[in-house]
This record gives sequence, structure tokens and C-alpha cells, in this order.
Amino acid sequence: MVDVDRDDAAPPEGSDAPAPLLRMEGIVKHFPGAKALDGVDLDVLPGEVHCLLGQNGAGKSTLIKVLAGAHQPTAGRIVLDGEEVVIPHPVAALQRGVATIYQELDVVDGLTVAENVFLGHELDRGGFTQRREVAARTRELLARLGHPEIAPHREVGQLSAAGKQVVSMARALSHDARVIVMDEPSAVLDAGEVRNLFRVVRALTEEGVAVVYISHRLEEIREIGDRITVLKNGRTVGRDLPAATTPTAELIRLMTGRNVEYAFPERPGVPDDAPVVLDVEGLGLGGTFDDVSFQVRAGEIVGLAGLVGAGRSEILETLYGARRRTAGSVAVNGRTLRAGSVDAAVAAGIGLCPEERKSQGLVLDEPVYRNVTLSTFARFARGGWLDERAERAAAREQVAALDLRPTDVDRAARTLSGGNQQKALLGRWLVHGCDVLLLDEPTRGVDVGARSELYSLVRRLADAGTAVVVVSSEIPEVLGLADHVLVVSEGRVVHRAPAQDIDEHGVLDLVMEGTTA
Amino acid sequence: MSTQVESPAAGTSRPSWLSGPAGRTIGLVVALVLVAVVGVITGGERFASLDNVMTILRLASVTGVLAIGMTFVITAGGIDLSVGSLTGLASVWASTLATQTMAEDVHWTVMVLTALVVGTAAGVVNGLIIAYGKVVSFIATLAMMIAARGLAEMISGRQTQVVSVDGFLDFFRADVIGVPVLVWIFAVVAVAGWFLFNRTTFGRRTVAVGGNLEASRLAGIKVQRHLLYIYALSGLTAGIAGVMMLGRTTAGTSTNGLYYELEVIAAVVVGGTLLIGGRGTIVGTVIGVLIFAMLTNVFTINNLSISAQNVAKGAIIVVAVLLQQRFARRSAST
Repeated sequence: MVDVDRDDAAPPEGSDAPAPLLRMEGIVKHFPGAKALDGVDLDVLPGEVHCLLGQNGAGKSTLIKVLAGAHQPTAGRIVLDGEEVVIPHPVAALQRGVATIYQELDVVDGLTVAENVFLGHELDRGGFTQRREVAARTRELLARLGHPEIAPHREVGQLSAAGKQVVSMARALSHDARVIVMDEPSAVLDAGEVRNLFRVVRALTEEGVAVVYISHRLEEIREIGDRITVLKNGRTVGRDLPAATTPTAELIRLMTGRNVEYAFPERPGVPDDAPVVLDVEGLGLGGTFDDVSFQVRAGEIVGLAGLVGAGRSEILETLYGARRRTAGSVAVNGRTLRAGSVDAAVAAGIGLCPEERKSQGLVLDEPVYRNVTLSTFARFARGGWLDERAERAAAREQVAALDLRPTDVDRAARTLSGGNQQKALLGRWLVHGCDVLLLDEPTRGVDVGARSELYSLVRRLADAGTAVVVVSSEIPEVLGLADHVLVVSEGRVVHRAPAQDIDEHGVLDLVMEGTTA
Repeated sequence: MSTQVESPAAGTSRPSWLSGPAGRTIGLVVALVLVAVVGVITGGERFASLDNVMTILRLASVTGVLAIGMTFVITAGGIDLSVGSLTGLASVWASTLATQTMAEDVHWTVMVLTALVVGTAAGVVNGLIIAYGKVVSFIATLAMMIAARGLAEMISGRQTQVVSVDGFLDFFRADVIGVPVLVWIFAVVAVAGWFLFNRTTFGRRTVAVGGNLEASRLAGIKVQRHLLYIYALSGLTAGIAGVMMLGRTTAGTSTNGLYYELEVIAAVVVGGTLLIGGRGTIVGTVIGVLIFAMLTNVFTINNLSISAQNVAKGAIIVVAVLLQQRFARRSAST
């Protein structure tokens, strides 16, 4: 998908290049027992979108926290506008014009848009808030961001994630920010909202604001970014890379230090006589989706493609019994499941790796082995008496089989990376033994290097006879991994086809058009 | 003894074992010893005698039994404000003229059975409202706290019901190997509670549900049923406590167990169980109960007024919770 020969899109460079707005040199940050940053260089030009790329744990978060004044560097210099600065705390960063928009949006739901924008630097006269002036200035900021439709007096809790993000950006602008750092801003947005985000980003850069953009999604970086800096193990390993033209393989090699193909495992093909394991018939959930029917055979991977909000996750959760279906039936191996009962689904052999690993999947403060055996610990018990030795052994077996790292099963699940947390969840269902495995956004928050590994794990499970259903907002992932694809739009299945017979454009066309099948 | 099963300071890179579960237990023991030292200094022999040790243990036994049940409730992410009232209700119900007459005719254990059934039944009601009615535990048990106290007053007519069943009194007021039966009951409940918490699937479910209710549900754990069991268990401990109150005071009155819920929650939290759920410790709870009982005893020996005692206890609760929050923040940042 990359046009390697094109080099006219390179950013302004050479002798007449503008002086960098922000330069970070040799930034080192030690934590007790760990080197988070070990010599990072970053230079950002005014008016550019500078992308920061790296696997989880490469040091991106630490770097932006240093820039935001939340961490103090152990060594290194930060130069803003040609002047060396020290940023002792977050307020100082804002005063110097550096604003950070975190993934977990730091807005107060109970306050209005205007109150949120001026949170921490309220305009007041003798202690009385100047509501009219605040509203006027908020309106002006929102207009600059291309969102004049958001009313300053709206309560922020009523806005969508995208709206809250705009409020966060308006707050950054209210501080006259010249550098805005965005930490995975698209993670919570659907495709249309991402378009809006890009519009806002372009509006900002046209005014000369520099944007530091962090994202796992290469397609986005190609579209919005100017230059890329790659981090690995706390060091800068690639700098000044043109975002539009640097080959994907090169970026992945820099991030992982290996030559990894962002590749999907081969499809061995499902034999015609493979038995139908999961049979979903006319499934509906009042007001969310209707009349969803599909079958999954042993060894088959079925993918649900569509936009966020199309009802994909809801379909999975309903057939899993986590939501009570209002129509239709779900059968596993010919036996119909009771509606609205997770434990009936689990007993019948369905396993779900949920969308939100941290809030729906794991007991974060409990050790890894207890998370792996969360569905099965009673099986290792005799008369209610736990056998933790057997549990640990079963968990270790999965840790080895899935190459989960670190291998210590007594560590808290919280300490694992996204990819390894996902492996722990897969391990849970492997111990349980599933005929049907439901994967909701299996690679969200999982870095690029670990993705291919997860893909081949899922394929191996299917090859062993498991029926797999995958939901992902990354359409290439669904197309690459699945044997058969259902396109979901506005709560309805609008198209179904073998994965080879449809491409990303086809899916998007269907999704945009909505009802044409 | 560590309450977390054999897991060496899970997940922390810092080698300091003092921040692990064993370290927290040691911290509690140190606090207990400190209180004892203050007791010896200010009370001398009146404090440091075998008789007084038994007094402290007897004082601790009723709230101790309740605290074991409360540890399960709080670890599972809930709260049970009704245990004090249920203790009163169970003691009143078990000592009505009708129950005592039946006990004289059949066997004194009829009184015990009555209290246990009353406590457990009320706990089941709590559990049904919380687990299936989806009412917040604070509100559901607050309602039960008020209603059960009222019911106890209605049954007793606000009269003191003196226990006259000899078999009952003989049993509960006896010593076994020099230790009061009440203390034995506390010990048995505590040991059983420890095993239930640390060694059984019931305990594992409790921690899982309190640690992440949604994840537990999606893993196939029957979350609602488990919550029902937890509140039934807490009600059962209130029934046991009601019987113990009858044995200790030889009378059933509707004011039995008044404000016990607060003392019990304080002891559990001071012992190191997280109020937000997901982590609990039976050993810590036992030590927490002992700390409060010993404090009361030291204050009483020194003729401090109840009011002054309450001020001091309040301060201790705040300090303990502050320390606990510091720990929680530390473990959340790893």
C-alpha cells in the first residue's frame, strides 16, 4: 500500500529549513530498577505533524510525560524556541505552550464545555466567574477547531468521545499552545470522527502549531503525518523519516529490530464436511441490531467488519449471553443456549476475549495464573478446596505454549503489556477448552510486532478445530485473518463473502452505503 | 503468617518484602504490640494479667465473628451495615418467652438454631436485594439495619428478656482449658474463615468478584449467586454473634449490637482489607479486632471516658486508612 518511489512529499529540509520549535536532546529517564529512556532525540518543526512510533514499552509515554512536566528527565536538554527550558511540573508546560491530550481524556463530565476549557485558569473578577466572556472565548476556540456546533454551555458528559477530545484540544488552545501532543487520539474514534480529527489537526498546523502525534495505526500516520521518529527500548532508532514514503517494512524493522512481515497466516481452507459448531439464527437485540444469522464451522474464522457503533461488539456480547437477546436463537453443537446467561454459554463451550481487556477481561491486581484459571479454577478444586499447584502448572503450560512474557505466573496481570494480556485471556479459554472463541478487537492496544504473533495463534486455534468469530475495527485485520467476512452496518448484516472476494474498499463502500447488499 | 497464598510480592519490581502482604501483617502486629506496651506502662499488672488478657479476648470475640463475615463482604466489593442490628434481632428472637419455653422442653440448642436461622434469613434478604434487585449494598443494608432494629423492638416490646435456660447459660459461660467458650467460638470462626477465604473456590470467587465484577461475570462465574451467598454468610455471622451476646450478657434486648457495624468495618479496614474490594485478609481482620479491643481495655483501665475513647478510635481509623491509600496508590502505579 506504500508508494516507495514517491519522494516529492518530503518535508521542508536543507539549509533554509525553519528552526525547530521543540528540540529534545539525549533525554534519559531512570526509574528505580528500570531505564525508561536511554537517550532520546526529537526535533519538531513549527506547523508539522510529527509522528512518534514505537512498540509498547519503547518509551513513548515516558517521553511525553517528560515533555508535559509530569516526569523529570535524569539527563538531557529540552530546547523550546531556541531557549533551553526546565519543565518542573505540568502547569509550567502549559505556560510554555506545551499541551498534552492524553488517551484517557481528562475532562470533567459534570461541568460544561466552557468550564472544562478554562479549567484551572478560570477567568474571574473578584472570585466571580465571568460566564459570558468564558462562553464567548470558548465559542471562538471551538470555531477555530472547526466545531462551532458544540455549545459552550453543554454538559461535557453528554458529548461523545470525539466531542470530549475537541474540548481537550480547545483547552490546549486556550493556553496558547504551540506544541500539542496527542496520545493515540484515534483509539476512541470511529472512521467519521477520525476524519474530523484530521481536519482539526490540519487547522492547527496551518496556524503554525506543531502536533506530536502518537498512534499504532500506520495508515493514519501516512495520511496525516509529515515526519516520523521511531523509538525502541528508550532510544531514538529512526529520525527524520518522511511519513508518506517510508516503507512499512522499514518502520516495522526499526520498531522491532527484526525483519517482520506484517503478515497473516495462510488459510488452509475449511473442509466441506466440517461440522457447524455455532449456529446463530435471526438474532436480535431490541434497538441495536436485527436479524443476524450466520454459521461457523469447526476450523473456520468468521470476521465481522464494520465501523465502531455498527453493532459488532453487541452481536458478540448477545450471542455470549452478556446481553439478553430479544429475538432469534444461538446454538452450539446443535444445542440452543438459554438467553441472557453467560455461564450457560461458557458451559456450552463459548469463550469471549472482550473488547476492553482491562475492565472486562482481567482482574488486574491478581496474579497471571489466577487470571488464566478464572473460568476453570473450580475444575482444579476438590470439594471446593483449591489446588493452586495444579492451577499454576496449567497456567505455566499456557504461558509456554503462547510464549507469554514475562513467564512468571505470580506477577500481577496489570504489569503485562497489551499483547501479553491478550495472550493471558486466550490462555484462559485454552485451559477451559472452547468449541467457539469470540475475539472482540483482539489487537487493540497491541503493538505491531506482537500482532502477527496473535494472528498465527488464532489461526492455530482454528486449525485445531475451534470455530472463531473475530470483530475488529481495522478492516485489513478482518480481511487478512478471517475465512469468511460479514459486513455489519447500522445493526444489520449487509454483505457476506469469502474473505478473498472482498477488499477494504469494498467493505467501506458497503458500510457507507448502508443497506445495499 | 501471610494471608496471600504463597505469592511473593506479586508484580512489584522493588525487592522490599516489607511492602508485600507479609510486611503489612507485620506492621499490624507492631501496632498491636505498641498498644500492649502502652497498656503495660499505664496499667501495670492490671493490664498484664492472664485475667485481663481473657477480658480483652472476650471483648473481641463478638465483633471478631462479625468482622470475619464482613471481610468477605468488603473484599467482594460490598458493605454490610446491618450486622449490628441483625445481632440484636437474632439475640431477641432467640430469647423470647416462646423460644425459651421450647428450648426448656426440647433442648437449649433450639435458641442457637433460632438465632442462626434469623441471621442467615435476613442475610439472604440482603443478598437478594443487592444481587438480583441491583440495589447498592450500602442502601440495601442501611434499610435492613433500620428495619431489623425496629423488628427487634417490636418483638421484645423494648423489654429486657432475661435468659433462664440453664443448659444454654452453662455452655456459653463456661471455660474450656481456661479459655472462655466465647473466645473459642471466635477462634473457630476465624480459622474456618481463613481456610474459606484462602483455600477454597468460594474465597477465590470472592476476591475475583471484588477485583473485577464484569470480568468475573464474563469468565462465567455466577456472580449474582455468589453475592447472595456472601450476604447470607454475613447474616450467619450476625446470628452467631447474637447467640454470643446472649451468652455474655444473659439477656436479649433490642439494643444488643448497637453500632457494632461501625466498629466491625473499622477493624476490617484497619486490618488491611481494601474498601473498594479485590483484596482482603482474615489475619489482618483478626489483628484489627484485637487492636480495637485492646485499646478499649487500655482506655477503660485508665478510666478514660467512653467519649474520649471514641475520639481516639476515630483518629486511629483515619490514620490507618491514610496508610492504606498510600499503599493502594503505590500498587496502582506499577
